[in-house]
Amino acid sequence: MTSAAKPPLALIAELTHRCPLHCVYCSNPMELARRADELSTEVWSRVFREAAEAGVLQADFTGGEPLARTDIVELVRAAREAGLYVNLITSGLPLDETRLDELVQAGLDHIQLSFQGAQEESANEISGTRSHAHKLRVLDWLKTRRLALTLNFVIHRRNIDQLGEMLALGEASSASRIEFANVQYYGWAFANRENLLPTRDQLDRSLGLLKRAEERLRGKIHIEFVVPDYYAKYPKACMGGWGQKMMLITPKGDALPCHAAQIIPGLHFDNLKHSSLREIWEKSEAFQKFRGEDWMPEPCKSCDRRTRDFGGCRCQAFLLTGDAEATDPVCYLAPQRSKVDAVLAAVNGPSAEPIVKPNWLYRSNPA
Amino acid sequence: MTPELKSRPRLAVGCRLNEKGQPSRVLHMPERALRLNGPSLEIIERCDGSRTVREIISELQKLYSKAEPKKVEDDILGYLARLHDQRALDFTSDPADGSADAK
Repeated sequence: MTSAAKPPLALIAELTHRCPLHCVYCSNPMELARRADELSTEVWSRVFREAAEAGVLQADFTGGEPLARTDIVELVRAAREAGLYVNLITSGLPLDETRLDELVQAGLDHIQLSFQGAQEESANEISGTRSHAHKLRVLDWLKTRRLALTLNFVIHRRNIDQLGEMLALGEASSASRIEFANVQYYGWAFANRENLLPTRDQLDRSLGLLKRAEERLRGKIHIEFVVPDYYAKYPKACMGGWGQKMMLITPKGDALPCHAAQIIPGLHFDNLKHSSLREIWEKSEAFQKFRGEDWMPEPCKSCDRRTRDFGGCRCQAFLLTGDAEATDPVCYLAPQRSKVDAVLAAVNGPSAEPIVKPNWLYRSNPA
Repeated sequence: MTPELKSRPRLAVGCRLNEKGQPSRVLHMPERALRLNGPSLEIIERCDGSRTVREIISELQKLYSKAEPKKVEDDILGYLARLHDQRALDFTSDPADGSADAK
């Protein structure tokens, strides 16, 4: 079945690729959109209305840093007026108290504030910016505002041993959710993978710690933990299935089934400047390409789990095997699982020394 | 947890019903949404901080008068407890609001 898609649930709006941070695991593509190419306020507002009409429930404003858009308050208002639940995923860096109040008044429902760790020095190293101290100020301001808060800690080998401190930071804040999201290896993170992937010991310790925290905080703070899928037995159900639940829109207006889809050779992406959201969702080649099961190779095609993980992640399959139609190599049944095992062996082997100061590839900024 | 009958549930910050005119009613929550059918919508619409759990139960028992009252009560208590665990509801105490959950 490649047609008759159910409507998307969430719209991921990459409002800009501009960002004051330079995180070494940024999920943006290596080739960043220029400011001059960004969609206008008017086009975004139309997209929000079309999204709500198509059945989308939620808009996730992200980037880059969405607050780098000078029209961010207008965009929040437009999405909210269209009937969407509005979530702002931000570093918090360009925020001051006035802007925060304007966002709340415009109808912002939820803010997801990212942290690069609990310790200032290593957090600043990862983001390539002196950013940590300002994030702590933002946390304080949020305590006196009526705005739902999720803290998002991006986890990797260099900060996974700070989980206890991160929890303490979260518990002292007004957050109702804390996400500990291990880096997923695409784009900039893929380039820095060998310095970011945790060891198996680290991962096991973190799982124990978070399980205890989850029990202790039940009903107070919801804890979400995203494991690095290289250590998983089965692949993740990437994006809830290709073209099933989410549409991502790049700063230029290209509609993508996921953050990384542009790396897949030969895929053409329709642009919201020229087509309606519904038309793209239902008919565009990019969304049809891996929708459903027709594209699947064995062992996915006859696997009982194909309706749960949808064959895993197409972009990961391409990055690791050079073939976007391969079974996600994370799966223990994948013919090319050895590619993942080789990476794990390098990280966990006896020669895997802790690197004191890695030679990071920092995310750049668009023109 | 089992909600106390005298407490007053209300939607937590970041949780809200979508607008009435929209094709299906949902409860928006951070990072997720619940589709609401008849009884669940009737319950959520009453979680406004003004009614006690006991009052919500008795209103629903009237609304669904053909159902076994005890079953209605148990279903509501279970549903409210689940929503509390998911951080969608706060329960304010009666009479003064001294609950730790209140924001």
